[in-house]
Amino acid sequence: MSQIIRSTGQSAEIIEDPWYVVRDPAGLDLPGHAHRIIPFQQWRALLENGMTPGAETTGVWLSPDDEFQDDLVQLIQLPLLAIDFPSFRDGRGYSIAYLLRTRCSFTGELRAIGDVLRDQLFYMQRCGFNSFAVRADKDIHDALKGLTTFSVKYQGAVDDPVPLFRKREQATLPDEAWEP
Amino acid sequence: MYQYDHYDQILLNQRIEQYRDQVGRYLAGTLSEEEFLPLRLQNGVYSQRHAYMLRVAIPYGTLSANQLRTLAEIGETWDKGFGHFTTRQNIQFNWIRLENTPGIMERLAQAQMHAIQTSGNCVRNITTDAFAGVAADEVMDPRPLAEILRQWSTLNPEFAFLPRKFKIAMSGTATDRAVVRAHDIGIHLYRDENGAAMLKVLVGGGLGRTPIIGAVIREALPWRHLITYVEAVLRVFNRYGRRDNKYKARIKILVQALGAERFAAEVEQEWAQLKDSPSTLTGAEYRRVAAFFDPPPYEELEDAELEDADPTELAQNEPEFRRWLRRNVHPHKIAGYASVTLSTKPGLSSPPGDISSAQMRAVANWAEAYGFGEVRVSHEQNLVLPDIRQSDLYALWEEATRQGLATANIGLLTDIIACPGGDFCSLANARSIPIAQAIQGRFQDLDYLHDLGDLSLNINGCMNACAHHHIGNIGILGVDKNGEEWYQVTLGGRQGMAATLGKVIGPSFRAEQIPDVIEKIITVFTRHRHPGEPFSETLLRLGLEPFKAHVYAQ
Ligand code: SF4
Repeated sequence: MSQIIRSTGQSAEIIEDPWYVVRDPAGLDLPGHAHRIIPFQQWRALLENGMTPGAETTGVWLSPDDEFQDDLVQLIQLPLLAIDFPSFRDGRGYSIAYLLRTRCSFTGELRAIGDVLRDQLFYMQRCGFNSFAVRADKDIHDALKGLTTFSVKYQGAVDDPVPLFRKREQATLPDEAWEP
Repeated sequence: MYQYDHYDQILLNQRIEQYRDQVGRYLAGTLSEEEFLPLRLQNGVYSQRHAYMLRVAIPYGTLSANQLRTLAEIGETWDKGFGHFTTRQNIQFNWIRLENTPGIMERLAQAQMHAIQTSGNCVRNITTDAFAGVAADEVMDPRPLAEILRQWSTLNPEFAFLPRKFKIAMSGTATDRAVVRAHDIGIHLYRDENGAAMLKVLVGGGLGRTPIIGAVIREALPWRHLITYVEAVLRVFNRYGRRDNKYKARIKILVQALGAERFAAEVEQEWAQLKDSPSTLTGAEYRRVAAFFDPPPYEELEDAELEDADPTELAQNEPEFRRWLRRNVHPHKIAGYASVTLSTKPGLSSPPGDISSAQMRAVANWAEAYGFGEVRVSHEQNLVLPDIRQSDLYALWEEATRQGLATANIGLLTDIIACPGGDFCSLANARSIPIAQAIQGRFQDLDYLHDLGDLSLNINGCMNACAHHHIGNIGILGVDKNGEEWYQVTLGGRQGMAATLGKVIGPSFRAEQIPDVIEKIITVFTRHRHPGEPFSETLLRLGLEPFKAHVYAQ
């Protein structure tokens, strides 16, 4: 079993990961892995063929190219969704995570997979990811440090939608009709 | 000026810690070149031909005297005693060692400055009018909202890995001096008939390889929705902007592909979900930030004092001072005051935008002695002292003359906007600085230049168009032909509300031909000009043909 970082927002730890990410559709039949994160397209094909993948043991991973809009009702009932970062420079996953959390109210585990590196973890967490499959060649203990880089955040995000300006001292003045 | 509170300072300190650690890991080999690249870029550190370059952010072009002294110190300690001001109101140091960058950032932080997001595929420094807050024609001061947007964009977790860089400009005047129509997002502040503050939002402008003038996607947006609306634009871009081709990744390509109307509809749909969320601005925040930009304690002058302060009489016998008053001194909203542009384009002695540490210190001293300690950077790469008492203009002119910063050429042919080009930039096809200097060398007669009047000339070393050659009345673009430097000339570009892209006049030229080409263009202009007509008007009236005919005549 490999390890992942799991975060509660307050604290994070490294845990043994029960999930297996199926990259290759042929791997669907691999024995020995009860919990699987399967590609979105495969999951959809299963549904279309009238099969119901084990509700507790099936997660789905989304590529940034996937059109998953029409399947959201079912997707958000899954215990785990993962978003793939084909490259750490491909930032689409941040917006997808934001939308899954805010617009679609997904409350399960949201995992970053693929090119997941220490220096992006803080931003990922802010956008709603709560587990991180750090790239295998990297030291996961080192990566853990990436979650606590900043204590001040200017803007609202998934982790805290209230921006700093509403927390600064004078933020409570009544001003609804005020004009500059 | 905006002053950091403990939140701003903590964030900046933590950013430097993060970066110091990243540099350490890179040097130790645990962070690969590829992994480190976007991290250092988002801290303003580029790798150039000879050394690293550090681009320091000057938010909306505003500096305190103290900050300018800090930049002077950085130039002296870690560079060769120089800095280069850019068309995005930032400053670049061209001879930096990577190991020193965390230390430089600490020094910057002591003066409440940073280099965050001055590069990389993220939201860059917000730019605006160099005369914000003091211009006689200002409708709304753009600086409070620019600062609010700066904070929102700083370390924004969702938009740090966009398809491509993202530039926002804001302007609050009737005449646009911030090139808002050539930005990924351009925002015009204005007041509606009831006096309420409104935003007009333009998207998809930009120069570079595919120059496009931005399209209006939203009118009459109440100011409180600034952040949520910009967020909606960025989200649409982040999700759907192209990532397969670097040259097609800017938002303008997406806007072109969808059409401005459909793009606007996408944004509206996204914004509908964000409208009135906690990111909606509050009057309290506006006032908190705006208080930092309150007018300084201007003196109220009596009529008699105003008369005394008027420099026109002094100028009678001083033609050089007179020329400087005409070109470099601008009207101020307060009687008895003026804004002054210090030219960084003296000609052969120094490349456009370059200024020495000694000059920076002198400017800082003048800002304190004659103004309220503030300096601005214009997108034409000059420095502006926003609040000068008219009675001090003469003294300032004398001192600026001694420092080589009083060239009376603002807005004239030799006020050339030029990128660093092939002398420094590793993306360049050709050099820009020698071309600028050759033209400046050819046109040294200030009287003649004044007679020619307003004329903008922009020079770029490559298609990236950092120096905006498309919107120069005359544009020069370095191109590579079989490993040789050639230069393409465009005519008819304009900035401002009527921003227009110039057109290529024909086959490109060798460097040594350029001064002749410019002279021929000027000859056609003077031959056909109506009295007092600016170059851009004559060009509009005549069209390109007479210019082409003369330039390419055998
Ligand atoms: S226009 Fe090209 S050569 Fe000039 S600074 Fe920009 S990237 Fe470099």
